[in-house]
Amino acid sequence: MSRRTAAQEPRALVDGGDRGQPAYLHADYVSTRLRAPTRPLIVLPHTESELTGPAYGHESIGDLDHDLTRQHAGEPLGERIIVTGQVLDSAGKPVRSALIEIWQANAAGRYHHDVDRHPAPLDPNFTGAGRCLTDDEGRYRFVSVKPGAYPWRNHPNAWRPAHIHLSVFGRAFTNRLVTQMYFPGDPLFAFDPIFQSVRDPQARERLICSFDLETSEPEWALAYRFDIVLGGPSETPLER
Amino acid sequence: MAAEATPSQTVGPYFSLGLLLRDANQVVAPEAPGAIRLTGCVRDGEEEPVPDAMVEVWQADEEGRYRPEFGWARSGCDGKGRYSLVVVKPGRVADAGGRLQAPHLTMLVFARGLLKPVLTRMYFPDETAANDEDHVLTSLADASSLVARPADDGLEFDIHLQGEDETVFFAV
Repeated sequence: MSRRTAAQEPRALVDGGDRGQPAYLHADYVSTRLRAPTRPLIVLPHTESELTGPAYGHESIGDLDHDLTRQHAGEPLGERIIVTGQVLDSAGKPVRSALIEIWQANAAGRYHHDVDRHPAPLDPNFTGAGRCLTDDEGRYRFVSVKPGAYPWRNHPNAWRPAHIHLSVFGRAFTNRLVTQMYFPGDPLFAFDPIFQSVRDPQARERLICSFDLETSEPEWALAYRFDIVLGGPSETPLER
Repeated sequence: MAAEATPSQTVGPYFSLGLLLRDANQVVAPEAPGAIRLTGCVRDGEEEPVPDAMVEVWQADEEGRYRPEFGWARSGCDGKGRYSLVVVKPGRVADAGGRLQAPHLTMLVFARGLLKPVLTRMYFPDETAANDEDHVLTSLADASSLVARPADDGLEFDIHLQGEDETVFFAV
């Protein structure tokens, strides 16, 4: 059988958390134990179903959707931050008009969410949700406040390092990425099973933003840079 | 210059804050011709419903064309782990080898406890002939988990993340 024919046949793959990605099962993160698939994954020969994806128009994004500090009557409490970066495909090319959605805790480490019972104050001026589209060079920019660390019940005295959740749509639906951006030097990294679910230390570094003095605005806000690289096939015959 | 992909992390328990602010669970309007209500339950390895899950769907149009402005929707799960979408049956699309595939939806499921989404496909129960010759379905030892069931008001497609009835998932 030629290689070409073999590539067109579905085959089974044991999920090992390779290529810098976490495996589904990471027992230290207790919630994975009953939710991680246990059977081998089927590798599909790529069809249009795997290589295409939805697009979003600029008209659907509000002017202030990227600025989490200007969605209420007053300004939220906390350390104002600017988060910028570039969305790239696996060949290193910018992904334009990619929708990025973010959500995060407030400066005290509390989510504006019914399920969150952490006894830290809610901020009436902070919802903690935003979105934007990347520009022609794949660049994005959010303004927010630095989220606080917060406790969870995974194990005794468990705390999540401060992070911002990001959801990104690439060119292909199956290249969709949901991840978390962490801040440099957080002392909780070593104790966080979600961060540690990425076994390769170099890959974990790719979850940490870098301080960006150049983009920081004098007498206004510190900036952090977080570039995002989407996986999957970057060059295909079907790509337009 | 090749770049290393950013690792995936779980959506966690609070994703509705960022991802479910706007209603987006309809590929077509419920009153559109051919609209199908698609519901189902996401379950864990003990058959318990997963209330903090989200299902996203991507599909071709009725003529079997993938169009950037058509065919995507998402739904969160309710307290009983149930999602609810409105979709339409897509046309058949050829695979890379030129073989016609059976009509199907591509689905991603995100949840607390899933460090990366699971990818699956949903096929239609009234497409027996197309399903019987679909190259993906026929390659599987048991493809029954990928075929929806008829329901009173549309289709029912449960997703079992783990366990005896574990849904067939594909490598992303």
